[in-house]
Amino acid sequence: MSPAFMDLTKKKIEEIAGRYPDKRAALLPVLHLAQSEFGQIGAAEEALVAAALDIKPIEVHEVVTFYTMYNRTSVGTYHIQVCSNLSCSLLGSGKLIDHLSRKLGILPGETTKDGRFTLSTVECLGACEEAPSMMINFDYYGGLDEKKIDKILDDLK
Amino acid sequence: MSKLNVSSLDSLRNKILKKRKKDKTIVTICGGTGCHAYGCMELAEAFKAEVRARKLTNRVEVRTTGCHGFCERGPIVVIQPQEIFYQRVKGSDIDEIFDLTILQNKLVDRLLYVDSASGEKIVEEKNVPFYKLQKRIIFGNNGFIDPTDIEDYIALDGYRALAKVLEGMTPEDVIAEIEKAGLRGRGGAGFPTGKKWEICRGYKADQKYIICNADEGDPGAYMDRSLLEGNPHSVIEGMIIGAYAIGATEGYIYVRMEYPLAVKNITQALEDARRMGLLGDSILGSKFSLDIHVFKGAGAFVSGEETSLMASIEGRRAFPRQKPPFPAEQGLWGKPTNINNVETWANVPVILSKGAAWFGKIGTRKSKGTKIFSLVGKINNTGLVEVPMGMTLREIIFDIGGGIKDGKKFKAVQTGGPSGGCIPADMLDSPIDFDTLNKAGSMMGSGGMIVMDEDTCMVDVARYFLHFTQEESCGKCVPCRIGNRQLVDILTRITKGEGKAEDLKTLRSLASTIKSGSLCGLGQTAPNPVLTTMRYFEDEYIAHIEKQSCPALVCKDLIVYFIEPDKCVGCLLCIKSCPVDAISGERREVHVIDQELCIKCGACLDVCPAKVGAVSKYTGKKKTAVLKKSVKREKP
Ligand SMILES: Cc1cc2nc3c(=O)[nH]c(=O)nc-3n(C[C@H](O)[C@H](O)[C@H](O)COP(=O)(O)O)c2cc1C
Ligand code: FES
Repeated sequence: MSPAFMDLTKKKIEEIAGRYPDKRAALLPVLHLAQSEFGQIGAAEEALVAAALDIKPIEVHEVVTFYTMYNRTSVGTYHIQVCSNLSCSLLGSGKLIDHLSRKLGILPGETTKDGRFTLSTVECLGACEEAPSMMINFDYYGGLDEKKIDKILDDLK
Repeated sequence: MSKLNVSSLDSLRNKILKKRKKDKTIVTICGGTGCHAYGCMELAEAFKAEVRARKLTNRVEVRTTGCHGFCERGPIVVIQPQEIFYQRVKGSDIDEIFDLTILQNKLVDRLLYVDSASGEKIVEEKNVPFYKLQKRIIFGNNGFIDPTDIEDYIALDGYRALAKVLEGMTPEDVIAEIEKAGLRGRGGAGFPTGKKWEICRGYKADQKYIICNADEGDPGAYMDRSLLEGNPHSVIEGMIIGAYAIGATEGYIYVRMEYPLAVKNITQALEDARRMGLLGDSILGSKFSLDIHVFKGAGAFVSGEETSLMASIEGRRAFPRQKPPFPAEQGLWGKPTNINNVETWANVPVILSKGAAWFGKIGTRKSKGTKIFSLVGKINNTGLVEVPMGMTLREIIFDIGGGIKDGKKFKAVQTGGPSGGCIPADMLDSPIDFDTLNKAGSMMGSGGMIVMDEDTCMVDVARYFLHFTQEESCGKCVPCRIGNRQLVDILTRITKGEGKAEDLKTLRSLASTIKSGSLCGLGQTAPNPVLTTMRYFEDEYIAHIEKQSCPALVCKDLIVYFIEPDKCVGCLLCIKSCPVDAISGERREVHVIDQELCIKCGACLDVCPAKVGAVSKYTGKKKTAVLKKSVKREKP
């Protein structure tokens, strides 16, 4: 296991322990940390986090499976999350999802074979002023159409 | 910087103001997430480079501010002090802005906003119709403040309300003032804020907490994001005042993980406030101490519900729990906890500095103050607007929002997200406040207004929202978990043309069971979109069920695409665009869609030139007629 992660985790837990009466409050923040470190939270990562926080792996598993932002399997280098909620779909996000699917050769929820792209549909990103919107990793892209998407993906290459 | 106290805060403000009074031209560039997507950051850098290149650093200052609200027109650049409003500014415009506006005080005509009604060009930001009818007491400073610079906030009287409170008001005075102002929570239900504080203050405990709810999961709403990004100190100041009134010493801001810029700006604002003695031990030299921390969510709509949110901070699944006991008595770790929405907190300093009487004059009898709405969907002026409570929907959507996109007809507006309902055209003139919206079967929610035009199918919209709530249901209680699933299944059947005569009755009775039997607000309000669309658009449901017809031509299973032989000019465009090769025909000959292959993606309709307009959609009887005549595509 990565000693660097253990170090970071320990620091994070100490920092958090100072702010909350109960160490368990560090669970979500530490999971965020684990995700950015390992790219996913599978059984191994869950065990690690459980050990660090002194709780049972099942308690970690319970939490990981509840929240949508924890990826239980690894995602591609670029995680494309297209909003499929109402404002975006009124302005055509459905077509864009089809377009991305065809372009990347994967369905929402899948990752390309070369591991570069994962396509997901998500609920409102709170960027409806730009609808249709999507996020790639932590960057927002709005006012999308097929052409703009093609350009954005080309620029990533 | 040494820690501030009440009087040194004032002298710091004077110092900042003096420093700034050197008749500098200030170029403010909107740096909200909306304008980010248009490249405002690159634009700001280019402006700064130009200032340096022209050696104007002592005359011109470039500042990125929070969202101005008019996201439709981004990137927005406002030249101060003249308040010249330039919209959709590009890097290639910079030279001219310097040559004309900054150096000669002349206008760059083509960057001005043109009022679509009068055709007139408008120079000053405040005269643009989008802003003119608003009352921006909470949101207005966004456009003047660099959110990463605490001095900007202090210069505009920031933390003055806090100083006033710590200097001469008891906690009871503060609560009385908020109560007198009539402030109601902006997070959805509109609970009176002063009352809530008073209840929490009444419980004795060794530790109390306050929380700012910035989970903002309501589809269509993004005002909380914009406030945290654009004016984070106003939220922090409100929280400090609230904590003082309640007697809390720890606070948390629970932010959605999907808002990286908000997390960044609020985190920095907290650090700055702490550094200057506005947070931490002995705030502004008083006996009152409080610290506030940011907590990032992990993606779950239900975690916006207050008891779920607390479970989430405690490191558990965001399951709601039965109330009472209310959080005011037993919240985080069983201690009395007061939770308010971002916008609610941002109202607090305004009320305390301007007074309850002033605040009480804005709004309606039972809903005081302003509300920020996000206008999204099929509306011309997408953006955030702040208006006095009681303004009519017509004023908001047509006068401020500029009406419906592409000259289409207004059909309905969804307020309150998935907990709210669809309000039809004949209610456009009703004044908007907490109570009128409830009466219409909808609710205020966090202030999202999703505007829909005539091309929207209301059954489909209901299915949309129910699909959302059913996905987001935490699964703890049966009515919500299973009931909403049933609602979606029935609605989905109806949109496929497989509706049954008794469906409407079943939907109604299921809806009422779910509303009364669910554990938390998510389930209790989930059926609202179904109930309101049935109430106002029942004929659409009936058309789907009895005639297998979708009047808005949306539901894929109930429509066909058809190329009108007498209009088609045989240009091949649609053939090239069809992703499944369902269209055949030679150049200059009529093209034909093979209905068996067609996946109804609409690509052909999109590419068919407007002046040709050969692709039509049909439903009901006409659809049946088309299908009867349909010929199979000949394999080339
Ligand atoms: C499913 C659900 C989601 C909610 N999401 C939010 C939210 O994102 N932001 C918010 O401020 N309140 C939300 N609320 C309301 C909160 O439970 C709570 O009432 C509110 O934060 C209180 O703040 P206020 O009194 O300032 O309105 C939600 C409620 C429910 C039932
Ligand atoms: S609906 Fe897509 S970002 Fe809000």
